Amino acid sequence: MTEHKDIDAVSGTATTGHAWDGIKELNTPLPRWWVLTFYATIIWAIGYWVVYPAWPLISGYTAGVFNYSTRADVAVELGNLEKIRGAKMVSLGAAPLAEIEKDPALLALARARGKVVFGDNCAPCHGSGGAGAKGYPNLNDDEWLWGGSLDQIMQTIEFGVRSGHAKGHEGNMLAFGKDGILKRDEIATVANYVRSLSGLPPRKDADLAAGQKIFAENCASCHGDLGKGNIDMGAPNLTDKIWLYGSDEATVIETITNGRAGVMPAWGGRLDPATIKAITVYVHSLGGGR
Amino acid sequence: MNKIVVPTVDEADQEGPLYEAHKKVYPQAVSGTFRSIKWKLMAICLGIYYLLPFVRWNRGLGAPNQAVLVDLPNSRFYFFFIELWPQEVYYFTGLLIVAALTLFLMNAIGGRIWCGYLCPQTVWTDLFYAVERLVEGDRRTRMKKDAADITLQRFFEITAKHSIWLMIAWWTGGAWVLYFNDAPTLVGQLLTFKAPMIAYIWIAILTCTTYILAGFMREQVCVYMCPWPRIQAALTDEWALNVTYKYDRGEKRTSLKKARDLRALGEPVGDCIDCYQCVAVCPTGIDIRDGAQLACIQCGLCIDACDTVMTKIGMPTRLIGYDNDINIQRRQVGKPEIYRLIRPRTIAYTALIAGVGAVMLYALLTRTLLDINVLHDRNPVAVRLSDGSIRNGYTLRLLNKRGFDRTVAIDVDGVSNPTLHVVGIDSITQDRPAIVLGRDQTTELRVLVTAAADETQKSVPLKFRITDIGLGEVASATDNFVMP
Repeated sequence: MTEHKDIDAVSGTATTGHAWDGIKELNTPLPRWWVLTFYATIIWAIGYWVVYPAWPLISGYTAGVFNYSTRADVAVELGNLEKIRGAKMVSLGAAPLAEIEKDPALLALARARGKVVFGDNCAPCHGSGGAGAKGYPNLNDDEWLWGGSLDQIMQTIEFGVRSGHAKGHEGNMLAFGKDGILKRDEIATVANYVRSLSGLPPRKDADLAAGQKIFAENCASCHGDLGKGNIDMGAPNLTDKIWLYGSDEATVIETITNGRAGVMPAWGGRLDPATIKAITVYVHSLGGGR
Repeated sequence: MNKIVVPTVDEADQEGPLYEAHKKVYPQAVSGTFRSIKWKLMAICLGIYYLLPFVRWNRGLGAPNQAVLVDLPNSRFYFFFIELWPQEVYYFTGLLIVAALTLFLMNAIGGRIWCGYLCPQTVWTDLFYAVERLVEGDRRTRMKKDAADITLQRFFEITAKHSIWLMIAWWTGGAWVLYFNDAPTLVGQLLTFKAPMIAYIWIAILTCTTYILAGFMREQVCVYMCPWPRIQAALTDEWALNVTYKYDRGEKRTSLKKARDLRALGEPVGDCIDCYQCVAVCPTGIDIRDGAQLACIQCGLCIDACDTVMTKIGMPTRLIGYDNDINIQRRQVGKPEIYRLIRPRTIAYTALIAGVGAVMLYALLTRTLLDINVLHDRNPVAVRLSDGSIRNGYTLRLLNKRGFDRTVAIDVDGVSNPTLHVVGIDSITQDRPAIVLGRDQTTELRVLVTAAADETQKSVPLKFRITDIGLGEVASATDNFVMP
């Protein structure tokens, strides 16, 4: 290879002939296979530039001769997934609601599909496990403002509550204070009476008889004479232990004063019927379904 | 006690560089005690490997009837009467521990028995050497042929050798995949090219590795790639029997003729006549007379070679034999030989093997065939119902490892008057739901437990119990019942 065969005495290896301050460099070239592999990677990289998207430009990128796109790949994969699931989802869409829970395979499918879609669409308000929050009902408990049967749950999901949809649930808690229907002390009185309905201790000086009278005149039309509620109007049962907005006196007074009108969107146009069925079954099986 | 003489650093340096350019080894054919042991062990090892997938084992209808089967799609491992589930892989840990301890014990008794007789690299290389010898002739013929130019006949010879090698390698890969699927079915599929792609890929991989490792790399694997020689060498002690050149008998070595002359003059001469037969037959190409060394796989072929020569020249055999340096040094000072196979080390290894084996056997015999796992709902952890009672949700996973369907009843203890509801299942009896578990599979259930609120406690231990209504088998799992 080299003309000058200068052999290092200690190691017995040829030197490159370069010397710096008397220090010589041993000639130990890289193994050939290593060098060839290195060249191969360079050639590979050039091929990669040509074939695949590689170079960012000011407004875009070099697309490569394959026109490869991960986004297109994902679309294809999703399409394939839909194909695989298609048959099962069709059978889910075709089955009557009441039958789904009796068929273990359909129940498993509905719960799995429902859980995913619930996480994507419902969890922001109702929580990932359906535990709800102040103003957003807990779907695990057994209190249902608009009914807890499969059909009732599906109706609520499909058309919503105060959603503006023609078939959506309507029903408003009036703002008794803001609209001047009741005076402040009347509201406080009836609030203590309402709390006592579910066994909560009223204030010592509260006049429960007066409260009952105000209740009968103003509230009973929706909540019933005994405060048991009415699912046709979405009027909550006031005698149970579940409070959507909270059970302390201040919250109850606020509810009576300003009214409540939580909105549940209609999902009918956004999700396909089979998926709505799946969510229905999933929510029903969370534990509160009737 | 006499210590083994360890060469000084300077001497060790003279042994050679860390890596040497490959020199092709041409082991000569040899016959004798150890060669015949090796033939027999090779037949047993290869026989087990190639034929085991075809051994049948009746497990009843619907279950695979292959004695040894790794069923990856269904996550089951079958080994004769044992059927293991994925969560029982720790049995393999136990098996590996026993295997390691057995290796230690083998080392303590007879050095690198594994390397010399049982290691797949040794077995397959030996087989490939046998093929090479059959096609190309013995050591001298092969060396001559390799040095000469390639003729047409030589070309056919080489082609024949590599063809046979590739066939063996291909069937080695083929036998491998048979452990992962029903062997007769898969053989049929392979012949008609209908087998799954992964089978062909694995056959290709194992064909390549067998062909390369046993055909070309051979002793290079033992010397440079394999960690075992290092580990095994460290495990060998002064009492272990190793293939040893008995230098007390062999030195000084010289040719047969010269030895006779010197002996006639009364000069001290050893039995070794420097015929290099021990080197010629060695599959790793070493000289055993240099003492114990890393590259020696202790296959004992040099013992056979030396014995043949010693018999021919009328000297006692076993100039090379299984021995240790302690005995050599004792003989030199006129003390009798001693062999200690039963010593603290071997006793300890045996006891450990027996102990681990007993633990595994106990675990295997008492393993549960009915099991339950509980996962508490996290969001929400507890729900207050309209009547003020509290409900907790759980996901139960029930395992039925038996080969038939069975009905289990679910009970729960821990809270007073719990109500149990299984989602999607109507209870057969009130408050005691009964579930049918499919054979050999797991069943997941969503279970709701309701109990009266207990304001004094935040969390109560809860115990789920499942009872096989037919067999009375019981399994239980504990979790907590949480108050909001």
